[in-house]
Amino acid sequence: MEILKIKKDDLSKGLDALKKSYRLFGPAKTESCHEFKRLEQDEQPDFNFSNTRLSPKAIIYPQSETMFTYSLDENDEDAHILKEVNSLDAPQAVIGIRPCDADAFLLVKRNFDAPDYKDPYWLNAYAKTTLVGLACEKPCPTCFCTTAGSGPFSERGVDILLADAGDDYLAKVITDKGSALAKAAGWDAPSDPDSATEEIERLKTAAEEKISSHVETDHLDKIDTTALHQAPFWEDTAFACINCGTCTFLCPTCWCFDIQDETCGAKGERLRNWDSCMFPIFTVHGTGHNPRGTKKQRVRQRFMHKLKYYVDKYEIGIQCVGCGRCIRSCPVNIDIRKICNLMNHYKPDTVEEPAS
Amino acid sequence: MQNPYLPYPVRIDEIITETEDKNLKTFKFVFLNPEDEEKFAYRAGQFAELSIAGKGEIPIGIASSPTEKGFVMFTVNKVGLVSTHLHAMQVGDIMGIRGPLGNSYPWDVVKGKNLVIIGGGFAFTTLRSSIIYLLDPQNRADYGNIDVIYGARTPGMLLYRDELAEWEARDDINMHITVDGTDDPDWKYNTGFVPTIADQKAPPGDDDTYAIICGPPIMIKFTQPVLDRNAYAHDHIIMSLENRMKCGVGMCGRCNIGREFVCKDGPVFTLAELNKTPKEY
Repeated sequence: MEILKIKKDDLSKGLDALKKSYRLFGPAKTESCHEFKRLEQDEQPDFNFSNTRLSPKAIIYPQSETMFTYSLDENDEDAHILKEVNSLDAPQAVIGIRPCDADAFLLVKRNFDAPDYKDPYWLNAYAKTTLVGLACEKPCPTCFCTTAGSGPFSERGVDILLADAGDDYLAKVITDKGSALAKAAGWDAPSDPDSATEEIERLKTAAEEKISSHVETDHLDKIDTTALHQAPFWEDTAFACINCGTCTFLCPTCWCFDIQDETCGAKGERLRNWDSCMFPIFTVHGTGHNPRGTKKQRVRQRFMHKLKYYVDKYEIGIQCVGCGRCIRSCPVNIDIRKICNLMNHYKPDTVEEPAS
Repeated sequence: MQNPYLPYPVRIDEIITETEDKNLKTFKFVFLNPEDEEKFAYRAGQFAELSIAGKGEIPIGIASSPTEKGFVMFTVNKVGLVSTHLHAMQVGDIMGIRGPLGNSYPWDVVKGKNLVIIGGGFAFTTLRSSIIYLLDPQNRADYGNIDVIYGARTPGMLLYRDELAEWEARDDINMHITVDGTDDPDWKYNTGFVPTIADQKAPPGDDDTYAIICGPPIMIKFTQPVLDRNAYAHDHIIMSLENRMKCGVGMCGRCNIGREFVCKDGPVFTLAELNKTPKEY
């Protein structure tokens, strides 16, 4: 693994060079916060941010994307037959993605890259995307990445990890994709490997020490699913929830989707749109019966999915990277850290089980 | 990369109105590309997404049997946007089917065993597929006794009435057809709810007997105590579930019961398996 040294001035020169062959995305200041956006010819990413309000998941997994097109015109030979659309073929790169958000793509990949079925849209976009991470030096009070399987300097899921070392960035090139991007950007100045490694280690330790909040997850896989599902604390947990869906919208690891047809005249598209387990219509049957018809059932589904079902299904930890967005933006202050700890410490034997 | 969301184009070949309320129609589809029929190789108990461009998709159990060639068949209740549109379509119209999806009834596990097939209302579709499959001369010797308990509200609400009559006449399958009630003086079969008839007619449970159940939640709820009373072990009770679905391949996130997806890990589960999952169906 190579560590390059990039002078801060050379970063923007490199990015301008990259724009010839990559579609670039980076954090940009909006009126009230930072969001990831497409970087046009004269634009540079703004690294003066802690993290964006929305996660960057839409760069790989658009909020709405066309799956197929169709014609309803009876004169067309292929009327009523769905046609595949051209997929993204140009490479793209996200510059300045935080390590937690890059890690989130790895968690989501397990859903879309299953042994028996492959989601061509997600997998193609992921394959075409290079993630240039920016290590966190000033985590937020709501960040709990270090106990959620990630970290401010986590290298999981990033192709290059940039660390701010004053006048320079130290760029750890982690994958072949990262190496190809560094070459295209003309970033080739080597650093002294020993001192660079030492410097990154020092910054990493300092950043990790600033993480002040934690989750406990060690017992989640040991608790009986049905007992946890029946736990009395769900009533309290869900009490304040207004099912607004902000949490699932912001979350880098929420992937649920809907499929809808949209017709205009005789032409139309089958679209995939983000959906949310917070909405009653998500699960309602044609008969009107709804297995998750109450908000308690829906709130429980969100946390059980992230912190129990996913844990049991993949045996690689929780479906959360600790970015803290759902905590920061929840209008009624529901805190996943608190719920995770409640779940982790739940002892079914000592509590009377209420009826469902 | 095979796109699991892309339906095979099909043509509607035949439409049969099944029930007196005209709310259930059977659609026979023929694949536009003959090679797609081979790709659609399925087992009894699986389902498919019926896909209508401009309307959307609905997950429907496959009513034809893998032993029937040249077409695939689905019986659809008119409920929502897609099924209502489908009911208004004509022979010759073009649409799509996507699948086969889900597991199936566990044909390897029940090989050599006695089977009690219990169905109610319009949930009899994959059970019809199963019965046609079991009665095929190639397969019948592989299974023990077959009892079928099937009920509907009235005689006119029974699906596949001609086939039910044919099966009644056979000696290698014991039919127990029932209706909730009827004023037809010529009705020669049972009268009573499915759980009641199951209690009277189902053979006692043992290691070599499996129950396969598909029906509305209320029927399942009252049939389970009957099977318990008749000593069916929970891993010998096989049930087919349904939940709202979109993708059908375990990705869109809505049909889960615990960590299992009804679309991909099901729709068929044993009661023993369901006892370990939240009852979100």
